Amino acid sequence: MTAVDTSAMTLPPAPVRGRRFARYATPYLLGGVGSLWLIVLFLIPLISQLLVSLMTGNIDQGYQLTWNWSVYRDIFVGADVNYLLFLGRSLLFGATATIITIVVAYPVAYFLAFRASARWKNGLLLLIMLSFFVSFIIRTNMWVFLLGGQGPVLSFLRNLHLVGADAHVLGTAGAVIGGMAYNDLAFMVLPIYVALERIDPRLFEAAQDLYGNQRAVFFRTTLPLSRSGIFAGILLVFIDTVGDPVNPSLLGGQSTYTLGQAIQNVYLTQQEYNVAAALSTIMMIALGIILFAYARVFGTDNIEDLV
Amino acid sequence: MTAANQLVSELPLNPRARRRPLLPIIYWVVVAITLVPIAVMVVYSFNTAPNHRITYVWHGFTLNYYAHLADLSGLWQAFVLSIVIAIASGLISVIVGTPLALALERHRFWGKRLLTGILFVDIAAPSIVVGAAALSFFLSIGLHTGVTTILLVHVTFNIAYVVVTLRARLSGVGTALEQAAADLGASPVNAFFRITLPIMMPGIVASFMLALAMSIDDYVITSFVAGSATTFPLFVYGVKTGLPPQVLCMGTIIFAVGLLLALLNGALNRRRPVG
Repeated sequence: MTAVDTSAMTLPPAPVRGRRFARYATPYLLGGVGSLWLIVLFLIPLISQLLVSLMTGNIDQGYQLTWNWSVYRDIFVGADVNYLLFLGRSLLFGATATIITIVVAYPVAYFLAFRASARWKNGLLLLIMLSFFVSFIIRTNMWVFLLGGQGPVLSFLRNLHLVGADAHVLGTAGAVIGGMAYNDLAFMVLPIYVALERIDPRLFEAAQDLYGNQRAVFFRTTLPLSRSGIFAGILLVFIDTVGDPVNPSLLGGQSTYTLGQAIQNVYLTQQEYNVAAALSTIMMIALGIILFAYARVFGTDNIEDLV
Repeated sequence: MTAANQLVSELPLNPRARRRPLLPIIYWVVVAITLVPIAVMVVYSFNTAPNHRITYVWHGFTLNYYAHLADLSGLWQAFVLSIVIAIASGLISVIVGTPLALALERHRFWGKRLLTGILFVDIAAPSIVVGAAALSFFLSIGLHTGVTTILLVHVTFNIAYVVVTLRARLSGVGTALEQAAADLGASPVNAFFRITLPIMMPGIVASFMLALAMSIDDYVITSFVAGSATTFPLFVYGVKTGLPPQVLCMGTIIFAVGLLLALLNGALNRRRPVG
């Protein structure tokens, strides 16, 4: 107590220096544990994965770091399985599912932002997010149950003779892409909704004062101003769907095998850790290049502000 | 009223003023599709299943599977493990993440950009890569995978969600109240507990809930680092040939509790709009 009193009255130099030190040290004391946690358990693992991919050995004799870069060449050229095809499929499924979510989510977000009354808005938002309260695996399994060969959907269509006796949904690319789009829809609705909410309504008045018709107002004011929301949604949905092994495993079949499944399989079943780490690194790099290119072509605000 | 005013009032001023039925129709169709699997889960959790696997045929209403959740071996243990890991990882990530959010939002320091970048990648990186990287790391340092590694990894992804939620809460609040407290003689520690923490509390509760949800639902990352441990999503995924009805019961219970918590949180926030 006395120290506080004297410093308040006379401000001697020593406490000031102490306070300056405290001000300098504060962020490190506050953020130290969290930073250390993220560096040790996130950044270092990402780097160690690159190193594991350059190791040689096997599960019984252990792995040594031999800077074996040829693992990357072997994956693309000499492998018995066509990993390049799996990568292409992952990207194609992810891109298609992302486009579907944009097309579906934009009108939903637009409705929530501009048409829903303030009183019901939170409730209507909650309805869109309701599926988050059910385990992702159960949700997807319920679609498997519904869309199965003997399931109610196909039986109904068969009885109406709308589809043939051998018609199936499960195992097709459509089922996998539909599952991805379904599971990730809210990740697209929310950022677009937030971006639309942020638009100053006076801008619509200004656009109309300048003789913009409805179409012009939408394409030249609303859509450009919601670009950051679309980009955030694309980040979340595209990255998640490209890496997702669950929808292809549960809803897909032989012809829909993706790189995400391959990574899981090679790591956990075949236990070829170096190959699996290389596949995972390849996925990370492919995603990085695509998203960087997207940001350069379409432009975006500061990426870090979006998430 | 002047002619100009009249003209303005007749024009649709902004999108709020327009009335077309297309948007509400799209919205309700999307909601209906969203609800289909949930409805199937809830309804079939009450259906009698003669072979202990859910069937398309309705064999009659029963509460039997709710009463005998523990009969399905492994389900209850998996569920308890998921809850324990969710709460533990939620608490740790809030305790570690709250000061980190304060440091990032209110201070300049060396390495801030790098840290923001790490947090961004932590949220953006695909689960499969995060899980594979974590397994690579644990194998490299010789740490056996199991409950501990699940917890470590769940905290790692939850910290990022906590920091993002809390930074959003803190941005725009400013430090005027803390400065006023300091002027009135409060020590920084005192000011933190009497001013800053109460301001952050709604954000802390929200980020804890988000962390719970993320942890309970995670399958992909956990599948890499679980070792022989089984969480609820791993258990459900592991059931290959038809789901046992008890899984639907558990899903329905989690759904009901989650919805209840969300509604409660909403009601509390409405009563105290200023946090």
